Amino acid sequence: MNFQQSLTQNQFTITTEIGPPKGTDTSEMLAQASKIKDRVHAMNVTDNQSSIMRLGSLAACHLLKEQGIDPIYQLTCRDRNRLALQSDLLSASALGLRNVLALTGDHPQVGDHPQAKPVFDVDSTQLLQIIGRLNEGRDLSTQFMNKPLTEGTALKGKTDLFPGAVVCPEANPIKPQLLRFSKKVVAGAKFFQTQAIYDFEKFENFMKYARDLGAKILAGILLLRSAGMARYLNKNVPGIMVPDHLIKEMESSAHPLETGIKIAARQISQLKGICNGVHIMAIGLEDKVLDILDEAGI
Amino acid sequence: MIISQQKPFEEILTILGEKKRVFLIGCSLCATLCQSGGEEQVIEMKERLIGEGKEVSGHVVIEAVCHILNSKKELAAHKAALKETDAVLVMACGAGVQTVTELKKIPVMAALDTLFLGNVKRFGQFEERCSLCGECILNKTGGICPVTTCSKGLLNGPCGGMHDGKCEIDPERDCAWVKIYDRLEELGQLETFEEIFALKDYSKGIKPKALILERGKKVL
Repeated sequence: MNFQQSLTQNQFTITTEIGPPKGTDTSEMLAQASKIKDRVHAMNVTDNQSSIMRLGSLAACHLLKEQGIDPIYQLTCRDRNRLALQSDLLSASALGLRNVLALTGDHPQVGDHPQAKPVFDVDSTQLLQIIGRLNEGRDLSTQFMNKPLTEGTALKGKTDLFPGAVVCPEANPIKPQLLRFSKKVVAGAKFFQTQAIYDFEKFENFMKYARDLGAKILAGILLLRSAGMARYLNKNVPGIMVPDHLIKEMESSAHPLETGIKIAARQISQLKGICNGVHIMAIGLEDKVLDILDEAGI
Repeated sequence: MIISQQKPFEEILTILGEKKRVFLIGCSLCATLCQSGGEEQVIEMKERLIGEGKEVSGHVVIEAVCHILNSKKELAAHKAALKETDAVLVMACGAGVQTVTELKKIPVMAALDTLFLGNVKRFGQFEERCSLCGECILNKTGGICPVTTCSKGLLNGPCGGMHDGKCEIDPERDCAWVKIYDRLEELGQLETFEEIFALKDYSKGIKPKALILERGKKVL
């Protein structure tokens, strides 16, 4: 069963993510992916994650698909204007890709090419509208989004994309984030993956809001491998805030990675029944997703 | 006003290279308030250049170097000194430098880096709030510009990098969209936020921009 079917049929859906290599050697990425492919419904492929230049997510998605994996093509607005975004979406569709995660993207400042010119011609909400438009067989040329659909140039072959987006249920303040979230639902997001979840009370409140909007939510789970890593993420990765009590739990452990796996499994068990699935981020230790799922009994 | 900053003196010396006789031009408006090219800075530059073995053939502080006709008139008074000059060092914004480029056939050097169109917060404190995009959207964003004050120029709310109301690239900087939200909430206009903002028409901002007012046309 593929990702879209699993979500549509309201099954607890498991996704994970894989980062393409910095270079052309995809052997390690593909080896890691093939180890876990039978245990997850889909695999996100990151797009120059954290603004660090890597092999492109489109090519990596294609390679994963060839291995029988259902990829989720992450597409950010950081590096592409509206021409490039539409063109890449057509390319993705022509290669048989279906799932697209529309992202604004981190600012180039946080990455390894901080001198780069940021694009952000379009934002993630508008990107979702663009996907909807391409799915209807129209592009953006000669008119803007607020014009009727029939005015766009007709495409020779339309896309058949399943668009998703991200949301940060732990954002502070939360109200502007929730409004943006509901705009993304209106713009056509069929599923949402969240940033790492730590505060379950906050998350349950968020889920009430999400359920009312009819949004399908996959809660983010992040595998911690050490207390140092948690501190590094807090300092350097936008949107991630590992709470102190988990950092302490990691610190006092003799086998931090195992503790990290246990924490992740514990979080998954807590989330079952609350949301539509989980999105596990193992950041370079993708094969450990198997241990997390074993530990969680999935 | 246009906010500018002096280039490091070593860089200015490198730019001047072997050029011996230098004429200095400052600006009595923006560059004066930015303390980058006012009378005081021009005199200081003169002394430092002399200290480095240069000759200063003359100096002038013009009101609005960006005003080409006015600058032409002002510089005409320094014709003799300019004749004896190897390079003109302009202590004004990039627009000012290019006025002089247009007027003089001798090499023209920029002594400043031009930073942004700024608001003066208090004396010596400047902030960018407008980036001259060509199509003002302030009427839909509670009077706060996200094109300029959001580091990504987003139009539909805060990104995932917002943390405690601050920007992902600078924990000291307020998130523009949190400010817009608060403002719209205060004004009871949150429905504006709920609307999906259409793609921006960046063709309105294609560079270089120019504007010619019709002669004799009455302005309201």
